[in-house]
Amino acid sequence: MTISADHTAQQPAAGRATSPTADNTAASENAASEAVRKFGITVEDYMLPARHPIQIVGPDGALNAHTEQGAQPGHEYGLPGDAELMAAYEQLVVGRRVNDQNSALVRQGRMAVYPSSHGQEACQVAAALCLSDGDWMFPTYRDSVAVMARGVDPVQTMTLFRGDWHGGYDPAKHKVGIQCTPLTTQLLHAVGVAHAAKLRGEDTVVLAMCGDGATSEGDFHEALNFAAVFHLPVVFFVQNNQYAISVPLAHQSVAPSLAHKAVGYGMAGERVDGNDIVALLAVLGRAVKLARDGSGPLLVEAHTYRMQAHTNADDATRYRQDSEVAEWVAKDPLSRMKTYLTERGLLDDDGAARIAEKAETVAAQLREGLGEDVPVDPQDLFKYVFSAPTPQLKEQSAMLADELARDAASATTSEESAR
Amino acid sequence: MSPTVTTSSEANNNVSAATARAAAKAAVEAEKTGPQTITLAKALNTAMADAMHADDSVLVFGEDVGMLGGVFRITDGLTKTFGQSRCFDTPLAESGIVGMAVGMAMNGMRPVIEMQFDAFAYPAFEQIVSHVAKMHNRTKGTVKLPIVIRVPYAGGIGGVEHHCDSSEAYYAHTAGLKVFTPATVADGYRMLREAIDSDDPVMFMEPKKLYWSKDQVDLDALRAEHAANTERGTSSEGRAAVARPGTDATLIAYGPSVPTALAAAAAAAEEGRSLEVIDVRSIVPFDDETVCASVRKTGRAVVIAEAHGFASVASEIVARVQERCFHHLAAPIRRVTGFDVPYPAPKLEHYYLPGVDRILDAVDDLQWED
Repeated sequence: MTISADHTAQQPAAGRATSPTADNTAASENAASEAVRKFGITVEDYMLPARHPIQIVGPDGALNAHTEQGAQPGHEYGLPGDAELMAAYEQLVVGRRVNDQNSALVRQGRMAVYPSSHGQEACQVAAALCLSDGDWMFPTYRDSVAVMARGVDPVQTMTLFRGDWHGGYDPAKHKVGIQCTPLTTQLLHAVGVAHAAKLRGEDTVVLAMCGDGATSEGDFHEALNFAAVFHLPVVFFVQNNQYAISVPLAHQSVAPSLAHKAVGYGMAGERVDGNDIVALLAVLGRAVKLARDGSGPLLVEAHTYRMQAHTNADDATRYRQDSEVAEWVAKDPLSRMKTYLTERGLLDDDGAARIAEKAETVAAQLREGLGEDVPVDPQDLFKYVFSAPTPQLKEQSAMLADELARDAASATTSEESAR
Repeated sequence: MSPTVTTSSEANNNVSAATARAAAKAAVEAEKTGPQTITLAKALNTAMADAMHADDSVLVFGEDVGMLGGVFRITDGLTKTFGQSRCFDTPLAESGIVGMAVGMAMNGMRPVIEMQFDAFAYPAFEQIVSHVAKMHNRTKGTVKLPIVIRVPYAGGIGGVEHHCDSSEAYYAHTAGLKVFTPATVADGYRMLREAIDSDDPVMFMEPKKLYWSKDQVDLDALRAEHAANTERGTSSEGRAAVARPGTDATLIAYGPSVPTALAAAAAAAEEGRSLEVIDVRSIVPFDDETVCASVRKTGRAVVIAEAHGFASVASEIVARVQERCFHHLAAPIRRVTGFDVPYPAPKLEHYYLPGVDRILDAVDDLQWED
């Protein structure tokens, strides 16, 4: 990361809006030197992540000394405003409630599966809050809380996991990609959305989300490289929750950190405490601002922890110790924020009660929405394969309709004969 | 209609005088009205240029498609005419090309992308199968992906390995992809325009051995036909063509095998046998009606394709036709396809490829004496 938040990148990619590749060569040669010129720091300060993950509020809820927050050149971060922090805390509490409610609904058989982001709520909330209305987000299957925090209806978000269709919201309307179950494929979609926006001269920023395991996939490499070569405003946000189902990070990568991977693409990388929403808002906020101002793509790695199993179908005790989980309980993103805001005098019992009530409302909405038996229409199978059904799909649709009609008729007949 | 290729005003300093002269000559050629002799390559190039003139959201990108004009020169002149923002080279990564096209299509563009060779499209398989084909379905139709993935495919050009695969079955097997393959110069123009117009993703399989095949076509007439179709909301999409009428048996072929089938029909005619040749054109959607009408008329059929026969498009066609035409058949339907072996080295490919003799042998086997 490159500059203090007050700086503005000069010459925000002037002329590139209409000609993304005419200056490709120049862009890749100059990415580093341009930053040096703009921000007056060394190439290393620009490209390399800070020596330690940026942390502003520690696990005990105390504000770190300014010198410990991130003081290296190119890695100086300011504190987000009080209103922003309170809004973020509210979303944190809602996010935790959503995670726990959904896990309960899976146990009750109301949803097929739910990959919980319990413990990662700070990343989820910051991902949504760092974006403006015209920006896009490309989430993974574990990012339901981020999708909801972006404003998508909770029940629509859960449609994928309820099992009546593969997605429940309109990606274009919300500027949120469909939650992606194949790993990292969505990063390239993010690159494409950013590229199209840039060609039209729009100032859209795209947040492309993935996990630590996903950084081993080929599409991770291709997406970062494409974004860098075309100098696109994409912020790659890696939630390093330490496990890819059962496989720990050490088996995925021996890079100094995942944020260091940015250097190989000629982009800046930063790492941040993923359980400190104050630091996340500062780091992601600045990354989005830089991307919007024309600095090209950036990579942010958040260090966090998947507190629960991969999904309800997984047994985490087979591959990790309870003691390790306990260590991360002490770093919980909610409790530290509650302590911090209470100490600051921003959060009192009334405020906490109001926020808890809001969370309960969302939980009730989920219980009600997912408790409902939504009728499925078998003819939907054929409706959305193409813009208009092919003759073959029409035949198959008629065949299924006929089967169902005969089933219904024979059910009526056997009912009558039973009488 | 506007001229279709490069204009000299856009020629930049990097272009040699010879190239500029060639471009100017090409522009003059393209402005000629009435029937003219052009290649399939030129028809495809003109279709892209016309589509780009008609709609700013049509973009062309891939490997070497920019200044070089593609390794087969199908995108020749597009960068010069439309600029780097409309036709450009990407880093060398096929999954990246397709994945980026998905995002661009989600955000209002109509990407026409080139996979350099059939077998080099395989790194993009996940993006094609899991996203290009399914996005419309997953989002209940709210996200449409008007992407054309151009794939130079099949052999017969003496290419080294991985440059001659017939990969159409992989795509035809994937629900949500349309699969077109032109066999004539006119269809090169007509079908690529229709593919670019389609709101659904299209795998556009270009028989590379036919790139330099020539035919007399009237580009202005094709443009007028396209305009009239657009006006009426009609198209030739999903329709097979009778490439040669006949009465005794039907040869069903597509893409690179259509000229071979026509040659076989011409040879059979000399022996007094009248073969009808059907050019499938659109593998998905498939035109059961035209194919079956022909087979019901002739009572005999041979399906011809370069791809391996096992679990192939040719197998699907046989199954479909016998399900629908069983009582009209005088003999079992035969397939003449590539052998079930990896595509052979150049000096062996003529043993592998379906040829006139092998097709005529299959026709001879259609129980004529019974």
